[in-house]
Amino acid sequence: MYSEETAQSQVGWQQGVPVCGIVGLHFKNARLDPLLGTLLVPMVDALTVRGPDSAGYGIYSQDVDEGCFKYSLRAPLDGFAWAELAQRLATALDRGVEARPKANDAVLVTTVDEVDFRAALGREAPDVRIFGWGRTLEVYKDVGHPLEICNHYGIPRAAGYQGIGHTRMATESAITTEHSHPFGVGEDLAVVHNGSFSNHATVRRDLIERGHRFDTDNDTEVGARLIADAMARGADLEVALKTVVSTMDGFFTLLVTTRTQFAVVRDAFACKPLVVAETSDYVAVGSEYCALAGLPGIEQADVFEPMPEEVHTWTRGAA
Amino acid sequence: MIVVGTAAVVAELDCAQLSISEVNRALRALPEGSAVRILNPRGTHNLAVGLVQRLDITIEGNAGYYIAGLCDGPDVTVQGFVGWSVAENLMSGTVRVRGNASESAGASSHGGLLVIEGDASSRAGISLKGGTVCVAGDVGHMSAFMAQAGIVLVGGDAGEALGDSLYEAVIYVGGSIRSLGADARVEELTDTDVAVVEDLCVRCGFDHIEAGNVQKVASARQLYNFNALKDQKY
Repeated sequence: MYSEETAQSQVGWQQGVPVCGIVGLHFKNARLDPLLGTLLVPMVDALTVRGPDSAGYGIYSQDVDEGCFKYSLRAPLDGFAWAELAQRLATALDRGVEARPKANDAVLVTTVDEVDFRAALGREAPDVRIFGWGRTLEVYKDVGHPLEICNHYGIPRAAGYQGIGHTRMATESAITTEHSHPFGVGEDLAVVHNGSFSNHATVRRDLIERGHRFDTDNDTEVGARLIADAMARGADLEVALKTVVSTMDGFFTLLVTTRTQFAVVRDAFACKPLVVAETSDYVAVGSEYCALAGLPGIEQADVFEPMPEEVHTWTRGAA
Repeated sequence: MIVVGTAAVVAELDCAQLSISEVNRALRALPEGSAVRILNPRGTHNLAVGLVQRLDITIEGNAGYYIAGLCDGPDVTVQGFVGWSVAENLMSGTVRVRGNASESAGASSHGGLLVIEGDASSRAGISLKGGTVCVAGDVGHMSAFMAQAGIVLVGGDAGEALGDSLYEAVIYVGGSIRSLGADARVEELTDTDVAVVEDLCVRCGFDHIEAGNVQKVASARQLYNFNALKDQKY
């Protein structure tokens, strides 16, 4: 009950009150697409107080040719030779690979599918991490102040039709870039989480038995892979989130995005906050209303809080 | 920073120009009986907290968490909706929210009156210690959880587990009750109860509640004392 007050003195987690901030924007009106970063950054900044130790962003934009995938990669060292890696991968895969470097990261664009790309990357550069992939998704994350991370990766200039952000106050696992959100564990799938799963070890063991591999010991990664697992078996996003509700124990507000969908869900007790604002031009979500207060047309928006265990889904292009 | 109008003494504090601490310091410095408008709240937390003078405060828009918490004197009106824990630990005075309130409205309040003209979310009136929480619309799950003293009036419907582990607080519900919490039970309405509800409706400006038709929820008093020997298995 006192989490936000104590968070401001940055001792919240020591008192056992995990807090993080989540924000998201899903545009219905393509005229807003050039403004994605401009609108998203102040939303993240407003929630820095909820999670000052690390941050991450998922940006959805259609800026590659039909048939291409984007792989969001993190190098182990600054000044990594991305062009050279792209060249080596192109030779190994006998397919074009374009490198788009951004700070320590790069997005590699190629028609190679995930399985073959992952195998080739494992051989050519085993230290390079994949933070997300898909036809439109790019993932950027890092440790440090959320606004500095924004600027470092050029988020203010980002264009796209959908974006999410996370400010993290770590409680269940270490403060590293790998443990930061979003978790991009399926094609164009990104997950941000406020809260903590208490049965993540059990569910992780079950998923590992079913053949899943994990990048970290983070609790959110378990929820993310559970969603990816359900969707790989044919579930749509809404059904996948109902699987989370029935499987995961603990506190959670989740924002989950795919190439076409944007969805939120809260745990049975609604322990973690979420405010949704919807207009004819956009759907915006934030842990607190102050994250949404600067959006255009917010005064006319339909503003509400999702009820416990209610899955809300918005689909791109739907009426 | 403080603009004093000429007609009535109305101070204005602008959240677009002042920090939360500056707003609260300026409020604390105002003389008894002042009227003050807080502009551009835009979801700001912790506004008008811990005040002990008689003030007439209007927050001109949507506000954040802990609005008017710990107050012992002022009347506060929010011309919009509020986040979590409005009027938490209120001691006296009236706090009125024109829109909806998020979770834990009026938590632990000892006195005073909290009026929500819209709906309140879960845990409204949690751990109430003598205050009065009146919600024109609905309340969410676990409202009045462990409420020790005071009154919760709900004009609309109540969510799951209403009044769980209730002590001596009393709840009146105009609409339906999704479910009662442990040790909470519906009791017969007395003439005194009807008079209490009628009086509250007048004070709150609620004209949609039929005082003689509300459901009264109070403690069955079976969980009052921890009985170490009950169901002992070890």
